[in-house]
Parts: sequence; structure tokens; C-alpha cells
Amino acid sequence: MGLLTFRNVWVEYGDKVVLENVDLSIERGSFVSIVGPSGAGKSTFLRLIIGQEAPTRGAIDLDGEKLRAEPGPDRGVVFQKYSVFPHLSARDNVVFGLDCAGSPLLGRLSGARRRAALEQADAMLAAVGLGDSGDLYPAKMSGGMQQRLAIAQALIKKPRVLLLDEPFGALDPGVRLDMHALITGLWRDNGLTILMVTHDIKEAFKLGTRVLAFDKRRRDPHAPHRYGATAVYDFPLDKPGAAIPDALLAMQEKPAA
Amino acid sequence: MRLLNIRPRGGLAILLGALPLLAAALLYLMASQARHADNPRDKLLPTPAAMVEAVQLMAKVDPLTGHAPLVVDTMASLERVGSALAIATALSLVLGLGLGLLPLLRAKFGPLVATIAVIPPIAVLPILFIVFGLGETAKIALIVIGVTPVMVRDLAAHVAAIPEEQLVKAQTLGSSTWQLALRVALPQAMPRLIDSLRLSLCPAWVYLISAEAIAADTGLGYRIFLVRRYLSMDIILPYVAWISILAVTMDLTLRLIARRAYPWAYPERAR
Repeated sequence: MGLLTFRNVWVEYGDKVVLENVDLSIERGSFVSIVGPSGAGKSTFLRLIIGQEAPTRGAIDLDGEKLRAEPGPDRGVVFQKYSVFPHLSARDNVVFGLDCAGSPLLGRLSGARRRAALEQADAMLAAVGLGDSGDLYPAKMSGGMQQRLAIAQALIKKPRVLLLDEPFGALDPGVRLDMHALITGLWRDNGLTILMVTHDIKEAFKLGTRVLAFDKRRRDPHAPHRYGATAVYDFPLDKPGAAIPDALLAMQEKPAA
Repeated sequence: MRLLNIRPRGGLAILLGALPLLAAALLYLMASQARHADNPRDKLLPTPAAMVEAVQLMAKVDPLTGHAPLVVDTMASLERVGSALAIATALSLVLGLGLGLLPLLRAKFGPLVATIAVIPPIAVLPILFIVFGLGETAKIALIVIGVTPVMVRDLAAHVAAIPEEQLVKAQTLGSSTWQLALRVALPQAMPRLIDSLRLSLCPAWVYLISAEAIAADTGLGYRIFLVRRYLSMDIILPYVAWISILAVTMDLTLRLIARRAYPWAYPERAR
């Protein structure tokens, strides 16, 4: 059985169907890329896993237990923007997760426990290549550095799933390549399970061990909102870097709905 | 070069800023001199010498009361405006954070705060005098009622505008509602709260002077309205200047505190 299972999941807003009949299972240790045209429910799919939304019908299990419809420390997340706290230095951003776990009342560790947490945070910062930037505030960092920080911040909680919502979409091509190397290394070294939503199909195939393509299976020209999207293609890739099917490249061009 | 691209710097900026003030002072002196040439006992536009003399008189200890009126008035007014703003700030912080962060509270108390915010505070001053008497409480209550709703709504809107990504991220890092309020919302609310307090200084002084004008036996506003009966412009004008100096000092102090305590909120700008 997979780490994350979707059983016949539907998401509807009123009479608008966003996701229909999503039925799949994600294995522990896999790197799943999620692609699809705008409006095809990629983000809704991710929001379901984060717990920002609950399915209208169907069930989602994480590790055999029903997923709580509320964000929690078992699911880490990195958004395209606003993932880090602007009022905390890089080091405090990373320590935040440990502070919350260790100090329910003040939300901040002190004394020897804080020193231990800071050491852990510094090691994590070094692992994402921010070893020298612990004292910087996010406003002083480049976009790539902020995303590195956001990844370090999420990983310190050792989440069972790491969710990436277009994490490299706003970065320069060169920086993006560095980030690909970083995330692949972290994924391999730490045995992470990663789900990544991306607009970039090449990126999806380069990084993923599996690619899910979301789109609408059926269309009603008179009531386009009545049919939802689902995973229409599911490519298990033996190794990262497999060839991209032509059908997907064609799909990238046209919008859904 | 286009007008909007001309940026005065350094000494020039200070000079440009000082010129209108100097011009206003010069204009006053000329007008005052003209009136005194016609009538040496003119009271409407007193000469600087007369104003200095009046201030010296006000700053001198009165043998009857044992106090200097200027000092007593200043202390009384500062105490009122200070305690009122402290209460207003504390209330705004708690309510603003609560309303901004918790949809449940917003649904329950948002309409109430919005309703209170549109009541003209001076209109409830009689009620305050009836309920609290003519003492300090009514005056402090007027300032609190006058500035708090605006500060609460401003802070609530600011907290509600914290990106959802940040709130979700904090929860995925194991943060409880309390921890999120304390470590994510509160620090980001503080610079805004101080800014909103700075903007509230002016209305706070308006309400203070109004309350003092109607019922008080000390205070800067009380004194101005008292000597108005004798057309004592030589006291009124220095008092008004003194109030503006006090208000500007408070404003600059708050600005300095905000920039010192929350440097991340004020990244250096290009201009």
C-alpha cells in the first residue's frame, strides 16, 4: 500500500466540479511531478494534501490513516512565494518548527534546548547551501536563496511528504538548474517523498520518478464547469530524465475548460 | 529633465523645507508690525517680544498655587493623552490580532467595531460626562473611543492581509493558533500598530483639546479656551506652537522606536 492514497476523490464548489474521481496511490520515496494546463486542478490537488481543502466525496489516507483536513507537521510545503517569514532571520526561520514543537506556550525555546536547536538549524542551512547566511533577513536574500531557506525550513520537521507548489517558477534559468540539483540531492540523501506541481514539463520529467498529468477527461461545451479534471496520464519513470511523450507537449499549450 | 525626476538632496532639501516656514514667520512679523504701527495696544497679532514675555509669565511659579501654569497644563495634558493612547494601543493590539487572524471573531465582532467606528466621538462626549463625571476618566475615555476603532480596523486589515501561504507554512511547521498569533502575526503587526498610533496622534490631540475646553481645570486646551475670553493671543499662539512641538516629538520618537525595533520592516529604499 502506498504512503498517500486517494480513493475516488471529488472536489466540487457548488455545481462546479474541479476534480473528479481521482483514484491513485503514491509510493514512499517517490518524486511525483504534477503537470497540466491552468485550471486543471493541480493546485486543488495539492491543497487537498496540505489540508487547506477537504474532498467533497471520497477519502484520502496518509500512512493508512485518514488525512486531517488541516495543515500539519506531517506534510511540509514550499510555495512559489511567501513561504518564509519576513520578520525572522534565516536561522530563526528554520528554528521556528523546533520552537513550536518544544515550547507550546512561548513558541520559542530557550537555554540549552535552543542552542541545540540552533545547531540543528545551522546544519540544515548548510545542507541547502545557506551556511553563511543564517543572520540575513529574507528581504536581503535573492529569490533562489529564499526558496532554499523555505526548503530547509520545511525539512527540519522531517515531514512524511514534501509538497512543492511551483517552487522554482519565479527563478532565473541558471538558478533553477542549481535548485534542481539541490532538491534531487536532498530527495535522494534523505529518502524524501516529494510531490511537485510545475508548469514546466521538462522540469517534471527531469526530476520526477513519476509524472501525473491532470486534465479534463470529458468536456461539455454547454456547461464546461460540470466536468472536473483528473489524472489523465500517469507515467511511472524508471529513472529520472526519461523522454517526454508528444501528447503531453501538446497539452501544455492549450488551457483547460 | 522631467519635474518628477528632480530630487533635492542633503542641504538643499533642508533649505527647501525651511523656506515656507521662514516665509510664514516673516509674513506674520510684517502683519504684526503693521497692526502695531496703527495701534500699539493691538492684541490680535502680538509681537514676538510680547509672546516671550507671556510665556515667561506662564512658566513662572504662581505664588498663590505654588505651580507654574505652563508646567501643570503640559503634565495634565500629556498624562491624559498618554494614558489614553496606551489603553487604545493595547486594545487595538488584542482586538486587531484577534479580528485579523480568527474568522470566527471577525464574523462575531466585525460589524460591532465597524458600527462604533462611524459614531462621531464628540457626539458621545455628553454621555461620557454623564457616566464618568467631569474628571479624568471621561476625557481619557473620549480619546480612547475616538482613536481605538480606527486603529483596530487598520490592524485587523493588516493582519488579515498576511499571505495565506505564511499561515499554512506555520501550521505545517507544527504551529498552534496561539503560537502563530504570538510568533507570526504579532511581530508583523507591531510596526503597523506603531504607524497607526502615529497617525492617531492628531485625532487624539483634537479629542483632548475638545474635552479640556468643555470641562477641565488644567490642561493646554483648558488654558487656551480660558485666555480666549481676554483675547490673549500672546498666550494662545505659544501654546498652539508648544502643542505642535509635543506632537511632533511624540511622532518622531515612535518612528525611531519602530525603525530600531523592527528593522526588517523598513528595508533601505533607493530614494
